[in-house]
Amino acid sequence: METMGLVSFGRYICSHLSLLLLIVLPLGQHTVEGVWPLPQTFTSSNEQYPVNPQAFYFGYGRQSAAQRGCSVLDAAFIRYYSLIFPDYTGNDVLRFFEDKPFHIEINVDHDDCESYPHEDSSEKYNLSVSAGQASLNAETVWGAVRGLETFSQLVYQDDFGSYFVNQTEIDDFPRFQFRGILLDTSRHFIPVHVILKTLDAMAYSKFNVFHWHIVDDPSFPYQSQTFPDLSRKGAFHPMTHIYTQSDVRRVISHARLWGIRVIPEFDSPGHTKSWGKGQPDLLTPCYSGATPSGAFGPVNPTLPSTYKFMATLLKEVSLVFPDSYIHLGGDEVNFSCWKSNPDVRAFMQKMGFGVSFTKLEAFYMEHIMNITSLLNKTAIVWQDVFDYHEVIPKDTVLHIWKGTPANYKRELSKMTKAGMRVLLAAPWYINHISYGQDWRNYYNVQPLNFSGTAEQKKLVIGGEVCMWGEYVDATNLTPRLWPRASAAAERLWSDEKQTSSVDKAFPRLQDFRCKLVRRGIRAEPLYVGHCKHEYQGV
Amino acid sequence: MNAAPQIALLLLVALGSSQGLQHRYVDRVEDLDPDQDQDAEAQPLQAGPSPFGSLWPLPQKVQISAVAFKLNGDSFQMSDGKGSSAGPGCSLLQDAYRRYYEYMFGGAESQRTGPGGRTGPAVLTGLQVWITSPDSDCDGHPGVTSDESYELMVDQPYAVLKAPKVWGALHGLETFSQLLYEDEYGVKSINSTTISDFPRFAHRGVMLDSARHFLPIKVILANLETMAMNKFNVFHWHITDDQSFPYLSRTFPELSQQGAYHPYTHVYTPTDVKMVIEFGRLRGIRVIPEFDTPGHTQSWGKGQTDLLTPCYSGADPSGSFGPVNPILNTTYDFMSRFFKEISSVFPDAYVHLGGDEVDFRCWKSNPDIQKFMDQQGFGKDYSKLESFYIQKLLNIVATTQKGYIIWQEVFDNGVKLHPDAVVHVWIGGGASGEMAKVTAAGFTTVLSAPWYLDYISYAQDWQNYYKVEPLGFNGTDEQKKLVIGGEACLWGEYVDATNLTPRLWPRASAVAERLWSAANVRDINDAYNRLSAHRCRMVERGIPAQPLFSSYCPHEYKGL
Repeated sequence: METMGLVSFGRYICSHLSLLLLIVLPLGQHTVEGVWPLPQTFTSSNEQYPVNPQAFYFGYGRQSAAQRGCSVLDAAFIRYYSLIFPDYTGNDVLRFFEDKPFHIEINVDHDDCESYPHEDSSEKYNLSVSAGQASLNAETVWGAVRGLETFSQLVYQDDFGSYFVNQTEIDDFPRFQFRGILLDTSRHFIPVHVILKTLDAMAYSKFNVFHWHIVDDPSFPYQSQTFPDLSRKGAFHPMTHIYTQSDVRRVISHARLWGIRVIPEFDSPGHTKSWGKGQPDLLTPCYSGATPSGAFGPVNPTLPSTYKFMATLLKEVSLVFPDSYIHLGGDEVNFSCWKSNPDVRAFMQKMGFGVSFTKLEAFYMEHIMNITSLLNKTAIVWQDVFDYHEVIPKDTVLHIWKGTPANYKRELSKMTKAGMRVLLAAPWYINHISYGQDWRNYYNVQPLNFSGTAEQKKLVIGGEVCMWGEYVDATNLTPRLWPRASAAAERLWSDEKQTSSVDKAFPRLQDFRCKLVRRGIRAEPLYVGHCKHEYQGV
Repeated sequence: MNAAPQIALLLLVALGSSQGLQHRYVDRVEDLDPDQDQDAEAQPLQAGPSPFGSLWPLPQKVQISAVAFKLNGDSFQMSDGKGSSAGPGCSLLQDAYRRYYEYMFGGAESQRTGPGGRTGPAVLTGLQVWITSPDSDCDGHPGVTSDESYELMVDQPYAVLKAPKVWGALHGLETFSQLLYEDEYGVKSINSTTISDFPRFAHRGVMLDSARHFLPIKVILANLETMAMNKFNVFHWHITDDQSFPYLSRTFPELSQQGAYHPYTHVYTPTDVKMVIEFGRLRGIRVIPEFDTPGHTQSWGKGQTDLLTPCYSGADPSGSFGPVNPILNTTYDFMSRFFKEISSVFPDAYVHLGGDEVDFRCWKSNPDIQKFMDQQGFGKDYSKLESFYIQKLLNIVATTQKGYIIWQEVFDNGVKLHPDAVVHVWIGGGASGEMAKVTAAGFTTVLSAPWYLDYISYAQDWQNYYKVEPLGFNGTDEQKKLVIGGEACLWGEYVDATNLTPRLWPRASAVAERLWSAANVRDINDAYNRLSAHRCRMVERGIPAQPLFSSYCPHEYKGL
C-alpha cells in the first residue's frame, strides 16, 4: 500500500520532493472516506494529486447555466478557497514543488443564482477528481455548494503542510429534503454574529433549513415594522436584544449563500407571554373567581381583533421571510386561563364547543392556518395541532417533537396514514444533555422505521435538530450544538444502510470535529484525544 | 441618592422574570448582622434581586446602607495606605489594582459623571489598601495556612480595604469590584458598605485534567482568572494520565517527547508551567500538580522503558503494559529523580500523588510480580503490593520536604500515611461515611465526591452542588476541623478548550460559595439571584460562563 502511494506520488511531483517523502512515508496513507455526511456513492483510490494554493482555480464550465457573476457561486469560491487552504496566508515564498495548477470546474443546469433555496431545490451533485482537475456538476447552484463542501473535505495536508487530494468519484444527493436546525432566540438572545457562524457550521454538515424559533414567552426580539411595540416592550432590552429588519435580512442572505432556507416560527396561541406586553388585549386575561387576576394566558381566541392582528403580523412575516414555509407553533396550550375567563366560557357556549377547550384551540389554529394559506405559505405546526383535531389543511406539515421512539413511531404512522407530510424532531432534542457520547443516540435514529406503506414513508420530508434555549446562549451554544448535530446531519443526508454502524462513524466524526475546530467552530470533543490544531479561543 | 432600589432595578432588568423574594432573607440577615434588619425594613426591596446585589461568594459579614456614592473612572485612585506594609514595590498588588481598575472602569463607554446640574450623590475618590501585618507576603506563595481575611469599609471620602496579608487584599479587591453598579445614567456607583470577610475553608480548589485533552495555556490562565473572581485558591492540575503526558520534564524529556499527544504543540514547557504558577500566585491561587501513580500511567511508559509492568498472556508478555512496576529498584530511582524535579518546579508545599483506581489484572498476570508477592509474603492480596509501592513513594516524596495529597483509595487500602497527609475523597455514594472514617483516623481531608462537574445533566444542577454540606457527616468537632475544604473536579474525557469554560462556570461558582461563605448561607433563591448577576459579570469580563436559566445579560458574550 505504501509503495503504491510512493509510486503515484512520484508521478506528480518533482524528484527532490519524492526524496523528502521517502523519509517520512508512513504518513502517506490518507483515508478519503473522511467526508461528513457520507456521500451516497463514493469511490476513490490512493492516487494523490498535489493541490497548490497558489495555482488553484475555480471556474465555470462552458456549458454551465451559471457563469461568472453568479452571486451564490462567486461567493462560495471565495469562502471555500480559505476552507480548502486553512493556513494559506498568501505570503508563502518557499515552495517545494513546481506550480502544477489545479482547476475545479463547476457546471450547473439552472441559473438559479439570484433565487432562494426552496422545498424542491435539487441538491444533488457529481464530483470527479483527477490529476490537476476536478469537475463538479449539479442541477442547481445549491447542489454545487454541497459539492464544494465535499471537495473541501477531500483536500488534506501532509506533515509539511502541502495539500493533496486523492483521485475520487462521487455521486451524491440527500436522503431527506428537509434537514433543519432549530435555534431559540427567545429564552436567550443569540447575537446575530453567533447565528451567522451557526449557519456556516450548518453548511459544513449539509444542513439546509434554519428554523428560527424567534419569539416565545420570555422575550420578543423580532422588531416588527407593523407592531414595533412588540419588541420595544417584549424584548429583554428594546435596543440591544432585538433583531432589526436589517439583522433579519442579513441572516436570510447569509443563509441563502449557503443554500439554507430560513423558516421563522411565530408560535401561538401558547408561548406568547412576551407578545402581550406590546399588544394590549391580545392575551386572555385570567380570572381568579369573578375578577381578573392580573395574569394573562394564551392568545385570546374570542376577539376579532386577535385575528386582525395576527393577519397583519403574519402578512409582514410572509414578506420579510422569502421561504414558502412559516412555522405556526401551536404547541403546549395551557387551558387553565381560558377556563377561568367568563368571556371565553360564554364564547364556548355560543360556538357550541361545550367544555372542550381543544375545540377552541382548533378554532383558533384553523383561523391562523387560513391566514397563512391566503398568503400562499405552507404552514408547519407542532404535532399537538394534529393530536387534538385531525382535520387540518392537507398541505400543512406536522412537526413531531414528543415522546419515546415507540411514541413518535406511532405518531409517524398515524400522520402519514392521514396523508400528512411530517417532520421529525423528537429524537433530536439536543438541548437535553447527559454524560457521555449521546451523539450515538442521535446517529442511531431510523426515521423511516415505522409501520406504514412506501407511500407513507415518502411523506416524511425530513428531520430537525432542536436546540431549545432555556440553558443555552452565546456562551455555550456552539459546543453544545457541534458535533452532536452533525450526527443527525449524516442520518438525514446519507444512505442508512451505508451508515448503520455508529462505531464506524466514530473515527470519521472525530476527524470531522477536528475539521470544524480548524475552521474556527468551537465543536466539543467526542471523547479523549486531540486535534492537530486545537481550538485557540477561551 | 437612594441606591438600594437602583440595584434592585438593575437586577430586575438583568434577571427578567425571576422568582420572588422570600421573607427568609430578613431572618438570615438577622443571623449575620442585626443592624441590617433595620435597613432592610427601611428599604423594602422589590421581588427578584438579592439585598446583597451580586456579591459572590457571599461575605461572612455584610452591611450595605442606602447611601450611595458615585465613582469617577478618570480620577478614581487605588493606592497603598500610609501604614501598609506593602508599598509600590509590591507588584502583586500593583498588578491587581490595574486588573480591577480595568474590570471596574474599562468598559467601552467613556466615564460620565452624570448629567450636568443634577444634584448627584457624593463622590468616592478612591480605595486605599492597607496590609496590616508587618510581612505582607507580597513576594511569597500562598499556602494552606495563609490568612485570606480582609475588611472593607466603603465610605467617604475613600474606601479602605484592610488585610493582614496580600491574599486577603486580593479577595477584598474582588469584593469591592462586585459592589459597583451602574445607576440609570450609567454612572458607576457604590453604596456605603462594611464588610468583614474570611473563608470558611482553607482549601477551595478546581481540578482540571490536561491529559485526556490538552488544554492550551491560555485556557488554563483564563480559568485561573475566573477562579479568582470566585475566590477559589487552589488549582489542582491533573497534568498527566493514561492518555498523554504533556508535562515537559527537564530530567526526563522523553516522557513528553514520547508520551504527549504531540511533542511540541501539546506540551507544557518549563516556561509555561512557571507562567501558570506565577499567574496563580498573583491571584492568591496555589498550583498543586498531580502526578498520579501507579495506575493511570500508560503515557509514562512510552518515554520511560521498564517503568510499567509488562502484562502476560499465559507464559508470554502480551505486549501491553499495566501500572507502574513496583518490584524494580529502577522504578524508585526514577521516581526519586522525577519528584525531586517536581518539588523544585512547583513551589507549593503539597503535591498530589494520585493513587486511585489501580487495576490488578496486569500485576496478577506477571510471573515476576507473583514471585515478588510470594517473597514479600503478600499472598494474593494485591492491595498489599499497591501499599508497598505507595509507601515507598511517600517516603521518596517526604525527602523532598513536600506534603502530599492522595486519593481516598490509598487510605482505604491501609497504606501507612504521614500524619500530615491529606486524603482526597472522591467516590460518590458513601462519601460522608468516608469523611467520617478519614477524619476519625486523624487525617485532614478534601472533599470532591459531590462536585464532579464533568458529569453533566439537563437543567440546574448547580443547585445540587450548592446544597452540599461538607461537614454534614457524623463526627466530633475535632473531626470536622480536619476537613480543610473541597475541590470541583472537571475530568477531561469530554472536555477541551472548546467547551471547558462554559461547562465549568458558573457551576463551579456554586461550589465556591459553599466553600467560602458561612454554613448558614443556603437560601437557594437568593443564591439564584446573586449567581445570575455574578454570571453576567463573568460574561462581561470576557468569560463564557453559561446561563442558569432563561434570562439575559445587559452585555452578552461577544465571542463565538
